[in-house]
Amino acid sequence: MSAPAGSPHPAAGARMPPKLGGAVSGLAPPQQNGPAQSPMQVPSGYGLPHQNYMVPSGHYSQGPGKMTSLPLDSQCDSYYSRPYTVPTQNSGTPSSANQPGAQQMYGRGPSAPHMGGSTPGSFQGVPASASHSYSSASQPYSSLGNRYSSPTTYSANASVASQGYPSTCSHYPISTVSNVVYPNVSYPSLPASEPYGQMFTSQSAPPPARPVKESYSGPSTALTYPSRPPPPPSQHQQQQQQSHSGYSSLPWSGPALPPAQDSLIRNQMGSLATANSHPTNNENVQPPKSSSVVSTVLPGPSSTRMPPAPSHPVGPVPSAPPPPEQMQTKGVDSSSTTSSASPLPNSYDALEGGSYPDMHSSSASSPVPDHALEPNPTLAQALSAAPTPPAAQPAKVAKPFGYGYPALQPAYQNAAPPPMPAAHPSGPSYTGYPQHYPGVNQLSSGLGGLSLQSSPQPESLRPVNLTQEKNILPPTPIWAPVPNLSAELSKLNCSPDSFRCTLTSIPQTQALLNKAKLPLGLLLHPFRDLTQLPVITSNTIVRCRSCRTYINPFVSFIDQRRWKCNLCYRVNDVPEEFLYNPLTRSYGEPHKRPEVQNSTVEFIASSDYMLRPPQPAVYLFVLDVSHNAVEAGYLTVLCQSLLENLDKLPGDSRTRIGFMTFDSTIHFYNLQEGLSQPQMLIVSDIDDVFLPTPDSLLVNLYESKELIKDLLNALPSMFINTRETHSALGPALQAAFKLMSPTGGRVSVFQTQLPSLGAGLLQSREDPNQRSSTKVVHHLGPATDFYKKLALDCSGQQTAVDLFLLSSQYSDLASLACMSKYSAGCIFYYPSFHSTHNPSQAEKLQKDLKRYLTRKIGFEAVMRIRCTKGLSMHTFHGNFFVRSTDLLSLANINPDAGFAVQLSIEESLTDTALVCFQTALLYTSSKGERRIRVHTLCLPVVSSLADVYAGVDVQAAVCLLANMAVDRSVSSSLSDARDALVNAVVDPLSAYSSAVASVPRSTLTAPSSLKLLPLYVLALLKQKAFRTGTSTRLDDRVYAMCQMKSQPLVHLMKMIHPNLYRIDRLTDEGAIHVNDRVVPQPPLQKLSAEKLTREGAFLMDCGSVFYIWVGKGCDSNFIENVLGYPDFASIPQKMTHLPELDTLPSERTRSFVTWLRDSRPLSPVLHLVKDESPAKTDFFQHLLEDRTEAALSYYEFLIHIQQQVCK
Amino acid sequence: MEAVVFLFSLLDCCALIFLSVYFVITLSDLECDYINARSCCSKLNTWVIPELVGHTIVTVLMLVSLHWFIFLLNLPVATWNIYRFIMVPSGNMGVFDPTEIHNRGQLKSHMKEAMIKLGFYLLCFFMYLYSMILALIND
Repeated sequence: MSAPAGSPHPAAGARMPPKLGGAVSGLAPPQQNGPAQSPMQVPSGYGLPHQNYMVPSGHYSQGPGKMTSLPLDSQCDSYYSRPYTVPTQNSGTPSSANQPGAQQMYGRGPSAPHMGGSTPGSFQGVPASASHSYSSASQPYSSLGNRYSSPTTYSANASVASQGYPSTCSHYPISTVSNVVYPNVSYPSLPASEPYGQMFTSQSAPPPARPVKESYSGPSTALTYPSRPPPPPSQHQQQQQQSHSGYSSLPWSGPALPPAQDSLIRNQMGSLATANSHPTNNENVQPPKSSSVVSTVLPGPSSTRMPPAPSHPVGPVPSAPPPPEQMQTKGVDSSSTTSSASPLPNSYDALEGGSYPDMHSSSASSPVPDHALEPNPTLAQALSAAPTPPAAQPAKVAKPFGYGYPALQPAYQNAAPPPMPAAHPSGPSYTGYPQHYPGVNQLSSGLGGLSLQSSPQPESLRPVNLTQEKNILPPTPIWAPVPNLSAELSKLNCSPDSFRCTLTSIPQTQALLNKAKLPLGLLLHPFRDLTQLPVITSNTIVRCRSCRTYINPFVSFIDQRRWKCNLCYRVNDVPEEFLYNPLTRSYGEPHKRPEVQNSTVEFIASSDYMLRPPQPAVYLFVLDVSHNAVEAGYLTVLCQSLLENLDKLPGDSRTRIGFMTFDSTIHFYNLQEGLSQPQMLIVSDIDDVFLPTPDSLLVNLYESKELIKDLLNALPSMFINTRETHSALGPALQAAFKLMSPTGGRVSVFQTQLPSLGAGLLQSREDPNQRSSTKVVHHLGPATDFYKKLALDCSGQQTAVDLFLLSSQYSDLASLACMSKYSAGCIFYYPSFHSTHNPSQAEKLQKDLKRYLTRKIGFEAVMRIRCTKGLSMHTFHGNFFVRSTDLLSLANINPDAGFAVQLSIEESLTDTALVCFQTALLYTSSKGERRIRVHTLCLPVVSSLADVYAGVDVQAAVCLLANMAVDRSVSSSLSDARDALVNAVVDPLSAYSSAVASVPRSTLTAPSSLKLLPLYVLALLKQKAFRTGTSTRLDDRVYAMCQMKSQPLVHLMKMIHPNLYRIDRLTDEGAIHVNDRVVPQPPLQKLSAEKLTREGAFLMDCGSVFYIWVGKGCDSNFIENVLGYPDFASIPQKMTHLPELDTLPSERTRSFVTWLRDSRPLSPVLHLVKDESPAKTDFFQHLLEDRTEAALSYYEFLIHIQQQVCK
Repeated sequence: MEAVVFLFSLLDCCALIFLSVYFVITLSDLECDYINARSCCSKLNTWVIPELVGHTIVTVLMLVSLHWFIFLLNLPVATWNIYRFIMVPSGNMGVFDPTEIHNRGQLKSHMKEAMIKLGFYLLCFFMYLYSMILALIND
């Protein structure tokens, strides 16, 4: 018996293709539900011998052949459409079961179960067949009204099958407990709520739904809200009525009430069959069990909702309904294992070990949201206020599931009042009703406000005369503009830190967009560290069947059973499981599920989303040990950092690590457990590299830890006397690729010079005399396609290559960077690195390494971006490989990676008021879990040019422009890119003044929302990436370009336009409090030397570096109390730390600097710049508003623009 | 002699037609996501040079055999083919680069180009056919 059940799983495992790449999807895994779901099975498997599992697994054997699924992207296959059909159809077929005849009969006719089900003789046969009879009986309903969820039946079986026997066996004791709860109480409750859903839609839903559709914010939202409020109260009544009537008329035909007239007879038979099996044996109570996952979770609340139910004639079942409280405990217990969605912020944190400096979503359970860190004031406000019921609810109710019953009930009572009637556990529901109605009223009043929101923001359209506005830069940091949406929607919308659009009001047509002359695109930071993230474990991840969009807060529920996709407008069914809300423990409120309450959620994906078992974390370090490298001394820093962070490397017990070094030969290190010391293997045949001992080069981190430590201690001194100057980087990378290709993972390459040997060797292309040329800058593109090909190979094998370039000479970063660009790696560049001569670079490397080694990492990732029908994406920016039109292949994903996408409007958006964008990032966490992080952004559509201008997000636009300009400089030329940037300012401003504003053409006028565009574009033109006329090394320029492409918006903005603060007179005025520390908030200064005074000290925050400029006549008080020197003259030339002095000014300054530092992942290095020291040019080149010998000042630039506009 | 020249051109043109159809099919496969960019581009890049050579031969043949009109008709296309081949940036993997084909509407422009060439080769085909028959009759 056990053999056939076991077989599908391993077999399928073997058949899984080894790689994720490739458009042709591999064989689907055999089971629908992965390990993540296995806990759900516990209760459903209760009381059953193993043999029962076989039969379900019989369904599965059909799975692999039929199902093809690429993670994320299978557009056509709906993975849950199969669960509906496959299991029920096949239920009769499994021949392995010992009562094939009986099963066949069940499959065909409902009358059969009577006999079959009532033969209690053998454990094996009966439970199995009973479950079949159930599923076949339920089939009609699933098509009609989804009476019993066949999907859950299926999933229950499925993951049991996948689990294997030992584990399931171990669950039996637990499950038998919940068995008691079940048959009598929860069973009726399910069907009872069903008729309600139908009746409700016919009666009460239409009235609220129609009128609101006309309101401003459009159908998708309007529909959801109005249709939501009524359910709770009426549902209660209905349920009560239904359950009463159902019971009184016919003991087990409660299910077969109004809507299912067609199938009434069958249903009765089916339920009779199930009823029949009840009396025989408690363990035979199959049918209710196969309603299963949902119902096991249900008992608690649902039973209490309907006190009358237990008293009804359910006599046959021997174990009488336990008292409500007892049942609740059990319900809670079982839901702790079976919960289909759980807000587990803490466990996630613990799992991933990431730090989350920023918070976003309101849903999860943290009692104290960190407002201080929330950059968007309105969002924070929304979070704290949470005035309206639906969203407020989960925040309050959500307690981690592990809580015991005593803890839960108070929580319920606190949270329950108006909004969530169904979840009120102890309340006899009648008393609850009066409370519910106010909730509805609140909502409808909220709706009133919704339509009033449509008035445009006057502030962002206020015309600003740029040439006359002296202080264009506001003194406070600039927040992202808030889309002009209703309060309800804005509250649900995605955080601008993760997801931003250059236009927060999307123009209706491409013509309008062309008229506005503004770039349209998205800026994404999808894997950002989050403090709060709802993590959802669910059997069925609800997605649109045609476009595969994940269900999100902006879909509309047509009724309880159907939802309308907000991207393609298809109407989809709501799966049975989705009707239960694990947060409120209520049933029948799909709109209150966490997926629908949060625009950023993370799903634990099932095995559908894997093409192979999740890979372990694998790290390979490829180190340059040529003379040049040893001279620079980076090995000491690296080995030290690695030794310190070895235990903090993200990963689980399977984590593997390996080392390679290379000069003109390639050295491998055998670290196999059991060796007394690391063994070095030298391969000198660089033309045809091979792996000397393929098995022992990548070793388990924990098993070989001592050897690894030995190696790291020995490495810095091992090559100290080397005379080898050549570098065979290409062959070393080929070897690394060979080493990594079976698993995938991360390769970190440390390189200090131009590769000079073997494949991929490069020539010096830079002409130092052309560094400050104003004409053409050559060689911005790669010299060879070797690195690109290698990167694509790596990407195909889920390997990312991260490049650390530490060279003092030209190293052709333009070519080398390709290895990281297309394999989704990251690039670090330390010009003129030397561990002793250049301590600030060494310190930076050390800090960067710390972050690099310990930050979160996702493996074998893909990201898909979807948008509402009518919009299309045409260009992507960032480090990845675009595998198909909207699918980005990311071998690794790290929290510091940003992406940009350009959009165009293909079809007019006239028939919709809202557009949505969704990114789904599917990755394997370092703990070997497959996860999907989904962000959804919703934006309004506007039809007038003025509205488009009102909604410009100037920072996002500038970042997108920077990305586009980088592309342009590589594909065309730098001067082209510069011209394009200037035009990007001229065009919208002239379009605005001619089309919108009625101002004389002689003045340069911009809407308030665009007033910073000229400044930012000027800043871009003065960036290392795009500047001309100033001496810029080619590698520096290329590195700046790489950063523009791969940095997220927040960091990129600081790089483009640094923040300048005066810090010699910090006061506590307007200070904020972070972790018991007072952080002063000095106003932003404009980046001009006119703001610098000799009497002051200024801090410039350039993102990756801080400068503190100290004026000659600086207050001696500051020098003494903050810098710790008696006078200006005694301050050393190179100072990179602020001393810890016990004075108030020092404390303030340090807390401010620390606060700035904490806001970014890579800790910046601080440089103290004395006035009149040679280093001050570094500082002054960032004063963007000033004139330099090669570039215009801000005012001159404005005049230039004005001339262009008025032409 | 005349007939032999046109017979050869005709056969060559047939090959070019098949090649353009292949280009169109492969590109539309990529558009529909049936194959991935990597394999699509490596498939197409292998045929860029044969196409270029095949077309240049006909063009040169026309010049040698002093069919001025047909030569001038072919010249722009041949020039474009060679230009496109020469102008490939050093870091790209060929005329079709998998990392860029999805960017900036490149896929669409490649598609358009393949369609135009298909039309052009068809036109040439009938021209050569006509000329060949004419040459045979004259013989």
